Amino acid sequence: MNELNGEVRKMMIILSKATLENVYAAFVLANGARMEGIEAEMFFTFFGLEAIHKGKLEHLHTATVGNPALHMPTLLGGLPGVEALATSMMKKEMEKIDMPDVLEFLNILKASSVKLWACKLAMEMFHYKKEDMYDDLDGVITVGDFYKQGSGLGTHMLFV
Amino acid sequence: METQLANTTVDVNEEGYLTNFAQWTPAVAEAIAKDLNITLTPRHWEVIQYLQNEYKNESPLSIRKIGKSGVVDIKEFYQLFPNAPLKAATKIAGIPKPASCI
Repeated sequence: MNELNGEVRKMMIILSKATLENVYAAFVLANGARMEGIEAEMFFTFFGLEAIHKGKLEHLHTATVGNPALHMPTLLGGLPGVEALATSMMKKEMEKIDMPDVLEFLNILKASSVKLWACKLAMEMFHYKKEDMYDDLDGVITVGDFYKQGSGLGTHMLFV
Repeated sequence: METQLANTTVDVNEEGYLTNFAQWTPAVAEAIAKDLNITLTPRHWEVIQYLQNEYKNESPLSIRKIGKSGVVDIKEFYQLFPNAPLKAATKIAGIPKPASCI
């Protein structure tokens, strides 16, 4: 704990999932870092790319299957409409606690100087083009580039 | 605890936030701002006034709300109060640190 007395200077947050709760967790962590004067950068990879895909970011869902915290029988969670219902309930609760929707949250992150990067490999895998993605994206980069962005003392990396 | 700011005695908590808003004066704000390396401009004062009004209306503060205030956008808010803007701005405004995650 010698380096900077353990002070956190920069958070590098990797988002690999597109379920609402994971996207929001990553966004809140990035925004929360900026609110504390900590730098933050995000790397969107695999399904995490949906959170910055213009055609998909408004349609993210809460997972009802394989999510024991919902306390719902797995069979029920798979029925048509159940996931949509759970998602709309979650979105209503989020609005109540002043949580912005995904697009507004991205705008807040950009205005707060959070850097947003898309993973090159995953972009190729899903056949996404840069034009498909959120307009203010900082770029499409490799994992090596992302590590380089995180160089320096007091940087922490987080995988969501 | 008590501390001296702008030649007056004020009550503050362990983080340096005023605990009695009645003790706040523009001179106290200048002193806190100086401590945070911020020079207050007319734009700062507009934001400070907005924050104090929200506090008086018991309306909880968040970055999102600042952005929708019509007084300042989020980008400028970060420029006016660098590093931790909501914490710095509320401290200067003499109101409690918001317990907000967004």
